Amino acid sequence: MVDFAGWEMPLHYGSQLEEHRVVRSRAGVFDVSHMTVVDISGSEALAFLRHLLANDVAQLTARGQAIYSCMLNDGGGILDDLIVYYLSEGRYRLVVNAATREKDLQWMQGLAGTMDLRVRERADMAMLAVQGPEAPAQVAEQVEATTARKLAELKPFQGLETGDWLIARTGYTGEDGFEIILPQRQVVSLWEHLLEAGVSPCGLGARDSLRLEAGLCLYGQDMDEQTSPLTSNLGWTVAWEPGERAFVGRAALEAERDSGPRERLAGLILEERGMLRRDQAVQLPDGGKGVITSGGFSPLLGRSIAMARVPVSAADRGNVTLRGRSLPVRIVRLPFVRKGKSLVG
Amino acid sequence: MSNLPGDLKYAATHEWARLDDDGLVTVGITDHAQEALGDLVFVETPELDSQVQAGEGCAVVESVKAASDIYAPVAGVIVDSNSRLQDEPELVNSDPYGDGWIMRIRPEEEDDIERLMTADDYEQMLAEEDED
Repeated sequence: MVDFAGWEMPLHYGSQLEEHRVVRSRAGVFDVSHMTVVDISGSEALAFLRHLLANDVAQLTARGQAIYSCMLNDGGGILDDLIVYYLSEGRYRLVVNAATREKDLQWMQGLAGTMDLRVRERADMAMLAVQGPEAPAQVAEQVEATTARKLAELKPFQGLETGDWLIARTGYTGEDGFEIILPQRQVVSLWEHLLEAGVSPCGLGARDSLRLEAGLCLYGQDMDEQTSPLTSNLGWTVAWEPGERAFVGRAALEAERDSGPRERLAGLILEERGMLRRDQAVQLPDGGKGVITSGGFSPLLGRSIAMARVPVSAADRGNVTLRGRSLPVRIVRLPFVRKGKSLVG
Repeated sequence: MSNLPGDLKYAATHEWARLDDDGLVTVGITDHAQEALGDLVFVETPELDSQVQAGEGCAVVESVKAASDIYAPVAGVIVDSNSRLQDEPELVNSDPYGDGWIMRIRPEEEDDIERLMTADDYEQMLAEEDED
């Protein structure tokens, strides 16, 4: 068990590698109740979110639809990354990180000012992520037949609000699956039913190695207040259009875009044995330098991989010094893995 | 609770050692050590024929969590290493006292191993570490 933002969480339930593989091949369940759920409701909720977030919530028109976005400070630095679900007219649900909970809530309250809306933390809600190729079928078994039929039709980033439950086709593993936000009092029973049905419990360790293979950023490691979406492989999450939408951080981000970002997040693959880990320096052939933001072992590739912030000029080769030896690394585009298959050859 | 065979000797750095009938000392890491490290992904076995001092780092195990040096529990010459660990590092997790052995040392002094801890002493040490 480890302490994670004040939550006592298991790194693994036996074997991290086995948990990783089960999510790539069958189905695993993660207790992600540490994530902070925040409901934003009121007549100005939409206007507020369009100001708060770098992605544009106005794109959400169907109930249950979700987008991924960064929440920026005035300098264009990332305060947090989050998912917003559109529940119904004037009702939105945000899922933000646990480690940034207080900062986020204060920031939102501050920006809300006197606008007609309510920012309400849902500490009464728990959250399970059921992930893997067999996850949809497993979740379908746990709900009523009519709900199961609706779930089957959900595309990625679509969700279904049914009673107190929000079930969405989202996740943090690069696999198909659902994230389920439900009242705390019901979560233990759902967890137990999933385990009885053969879904494997998975810990923080596998969550980290799965998201690393999938090239998904972890807040506080791969990005933070000092880095912008443009240098974090997240330019695609910034909605520049319509140009008149004045979201927080826009001016700084436009300036960075126009002058050209100096760095980017890239993938690294260590060809030899050894382990790439956070904070190790990356040497480039032209004398440039980068730094590893997340590193670890890829069970699917059978070697160590990493995400690194490198100069935009970085080509396809670099070196990392491990235990006194300079070892070559390949620099690749993220992600490494999608839906159980290697993308890096 | 971790498994601690009574017929082995233990080092404070979490290696186990066994004096075999052929006069060689077989070395691995304890069940407690493999459990603390988590799944192993690489084992760098020691160089054969190299001379080691007691307490000298001569191999490395790397897990999903961390890299950890393996220290020679006795002085001598490395005469064998477990080549299976190259492709099956997980043997250290699944069978730390058996198929997961790491190296064999020809000791300078056969009774050098007697300086190491008994299973009871090692268990005591783990219990005290737990209290800290």
